[in-house]
Amino acid sequence: MGRIPRSYLLNRVVTLLLTVWIAATLIWIIPRLSPVDPADIMLGRMAAGAGAVENADQILERLKANFGLNDPLVVQYVKYIRNVVIFDFGLSTATFPTQVSTLIARALPWTVGLMLLSVVITFFIGNALGALMAWDRSPKLVRVAIPAAMVFTSIPPILSGLLLMWILAAKLRWFPLTGAYGLTVEPGWTWGFVQSVIHHGFLPALSIVIVTFGFWALGMRGLMITVQGEDYVTLAKAKGLRPRYILYRYMIRNAILPQITAFALKIGLLVAGQVLVERIFAYNGMGKLLYDAILDQDFPVIQGVSFVIILMTAVSVFLVDLVYPFVDPRVRHDGGEA
Amino acid sequence: MTGHRAGEIKGWRLRRFESPWVNPKLFWGAGLLLAIVALGIIGRAFWNLDLAFTGAAPLKLPPVGFENLRGQEGAWIHPIGTDGSGRDMLALIVIGAPNSLFVGLLASLIGMSLGIFLGFSAGFIGGRTDDVIRVVSDVMITIPPLLILVVVQSAWGDVSLTMMALLIAGFVWQSPTRLIRAQVLSMKQSGYVQMARLSGASTMHIMFREMLPNLVPYLFGSFIANVTTSIVTAVGLEVLGLGPQRIPTLGRTIYEAINAGALIQNLWWWWGIPTLLLGLMFIGLLLVNLGLDEVSNPRLRKL
Repeated sequence: MGRIPRSYLLNRVVTLLLTVWIAATLIWIIPRLSPVDPADIMLGRMAAGAGAVENADQILERLKANFGLNDPLVVQYVKYIRNVVIFDFGLSTATFPTQVSTLIARALPWTVGLMLLSVVITFFIGNALGALMAWDRSPKLVRVAIPAAMVFTSIPPILSGLLLMWILAAKLRWFPLTGAYGLTVEPGWTWGFVQSVIHHGFLPALSIVIVTFGFWALGMRGLMITVQGEDYVTLAKAKGLRPRYILYRYMIRNAILPQITAFALKIGLLVAGQVLVERIFAYNGMGKLLYDAILDQDFPVIQGVSFVIILMTAVSVFLVDLVYPFVDPRVRHDGGEA
Repeated sequence: MTGHRAGEIKGWRLRRFESPWVNPKLFWGAGLLLAIVALGIIGRAFWNLDLAFTGAAPLKLPPVGFENLRGQEGAWIHPIGTDGSGRDMLALIVIGAPNSLFVGLLASLIGMSLGIFLGFSAGFIGGRTDDVIRVVSDVMITIPPLLILVVVQSAWGDVSLTMMALLIAGFVWQSPTRLIRAQVLSMKQSGYVQMARLSGASTMHIMFREMLPNLVPYLFGSFIANVTTSIVTAVGLEVLGLGPQRIPTLGRTIYEAINAGALIQNLWWWWGIPTLLLGLMFIGLLLVNLGLDEVSNPRLRKL
């Protein structure tokens, strides 16, 4: 395993598996504790669509049998976990009989794409600004203007999204209001489609970036202030190294490491924020899928989407944890014998 | 004369440095939050809140001084307009705004109490207890609360405000637990705790009289951060159409506005006023948190 000690790796893998297992179990238990029966709701939908339903009792029994709701709970649970492992969440009830996994596979690339884009932009802008704020040689304007602008970064992306949507899309009409690509373009690897995707993705990404970079900037500022007082920085200054060189090679390099750990803890909130941004922009990702499923009370889809998003979060945290020892050679995970 | 005044200003500066609690960020942040609470209290006394439940007024009426697309002008009976079903916006926010803050504070308070209890247990008892608490909080901290709560609420239907706060509290105990555990572990070795132990103080005394006061600045920061997380989660649920269905909330008002196409129809007051209030609430919380940071970490006071 190269430089990662086996005990550390094992520890991380166990945490990852435990997270996924607990999430899957919670998602399974919760509807079963509910006073409302999902099968009843489905029947209610049928009744609403077709007037009175004849033989409602028989249909209810068939539904329950099909969903395995008459089996003992343990059997249901084992079956469920086995299905989750192969990403089988059953059939969507609203767009019957589509597989839930098909719906998710269709939505996932949009969500992952938007997230990677906004996270990378945010991380760079935020850390750069935070470093400049704490650097004693940066222009005064930077040091005064950024903290003032940063007050707005405590706002969740859904609020900034609404504001940007209103100004840039509804009022100025610079960007489209909703969707992930234009209705007139054919999806495919054509220039027109890519252009349309960028045009549509700009506002959702901007509304996430604008409110999340402040978190990094604040953290970076605090770390830079600590690093500034370190002996090696004083020594570098005494050696007469160029201030810019000291900033990049001595200060930012050391200050950015704890930021990566902070990033791992922040992933969950980022994901949840993006789900909501996708919902207000009707962006074709997991957020819209989830929202539509809530409207239709489509339980299998709600469960599947929640599970996959939690899985994504857990895997991202796991990857950050694995990468960290490579970035920071000071970290030894097995008590110092590596 | 001028010398005297300069001395006075200097003295004032000095005093400000001596008492870190006199901090402009803390002042303005707390002021914003109190203003929202005051809106709820004064609004309840002077405004008819039934207007939030009865849609008797003309629909989509703009605030006073504006005109909507149909050419109707705002009237003083509904100073900040009405929503798409003729409910009074002022009544909606008088009920909704303090409720959001209430959910956040209650969830965070419960989470904090759980965190103090679990953190101290883990740090003090150690062994198997510590292992279990540590692993469970490590695991739970990576699960985004919104997604589990979406499953809970879509399965359970309508919930009350308190119930929502309780559900959210189930996801905000992890960070205080980890924080307190780490602090307790390092404090256990410190001189004054050893001293207290040698002088025969009870574990309870050591925990709550010797150690807890030293944790207060950390706890405050963590508390405020959790209030923000809780409100964001609650608003998220409401915007997805979940959350309490029978009482107006800011998130639900935004949900209804988006669904009715308020953005294209330029009904800015319908979604904009709840958005603005939530924004102010988050800015207030951030300022309080930054202020507390400066109180507990003097190095940050430079800026």
